[in-house]
Amino acid sequence: MIISPELFQQIIFYVFATFTVGSAMAVVSVKNTIYSALFLVLCFFNTAVLWLLIEAEFLAITLVLVYVGAVMVLFLFVVMMLDVKQLKASQLKQSYTKAALLIAAAMLVELMMLFAYKLSGQIPTNELVRQEQGYSNVAEVGMELFTKYVYPFEIAAVILLVAIVAAIMLTMRKRDGNKQMDAAKQININPAERMRVVSMPAEKGQSQVHEQNRGEDS
Amino acid sequence: MSLQHYLIVSAILFVISMAGIFVNRRNVLVVLMSIELMLLAVNTNLVAFSKYLDDVQGQVFVFFILTVAAAEAAIGLAILVVLFRNKKTLEVKEINELEG
Repeated sequence: MIISPELFQQIIFYVFATFTVGSAMAVVSVKNTIYSALFLVLCFFNTAVLWLLIEAEFLAITLVLVYVGAVMVLFLFVVMMLDVKQLKASQLKQSYTKAALLIAAAMLVELMMLFAYKLSGQIPTNELVRQEQGYSNVAEVGMELFTKYVYPFEIAAVILLVAIVAAIMLTMRKRDGNKQMDAAKQININPAERMRVVSMPAEKGQSQVHEQNRGEDS
Repeated sequence: MSLQHYLIVSAILFVISMAGIFVNRRNVLVVLMSIELMLLAVNTNLVAFSKYLDDVQGQVFVFFILTVAAAEAAIGLAILVVLFRNKKTLEVKEINELEG
């Protein structure tokens, strides 16, 4: 039996969509914070596959590189650095849980109603445009990014710089015994205060003292 | 599969992460993770629309969202580290006071 490409794609879509939803559920319900960070990584990988299925290769790779490679590593770092206490299962079963699930279910029903009735004629029913061989998604996104959106691109770079500076400033702390330099103090130094010339009689060398002592003994 | 499949998956993801924010009484880290998940759902929507309408602008926008989300995660985690240093806890119900 040969599976047609469409059927194969559908199978892949359903498998990875199931994994995505399942791991997202695990993220919010697992007790251990490290496990929930790891499930979030799994969720990102599965979503990247979903994006690959509709030929958004650049963003799929960016998702894996930026999110899994940088942001989630940062998350894991912080989770492991901060000693977060694990809670008992009883503390999870609180009165809030039911209300939250109720709200979420209501919102899901609302969204599905929206798709089914209100927006049923407005959601575009286009087939996915399959590009011919040799087409580069990266080149297309790059062209748009560096021509039409070049100013937003620069602003994004500045936002990242601000994030770096802010994160460092927030987490840096003064400690005792820190050999940190104070640049203002270094510049304002006066040479006259630092060095003092003291006049004193010259000391005799060690060997001379020794010989003198021997001469006295004999 | 069509555009609707992607819209439904991202709607489910969004609802799950919203429930995660409501349910969570453990620590603020999981709330931040839920926010990341929400952004992922929105990004999936944008990518799907962009590809099915054959308009690359949606993908450019997702790129910018990814950038801002990375900055947000970095600053949010830095704030959490400072918070943990001052309060010695990250539980949501312990962090319930504002001092002006």
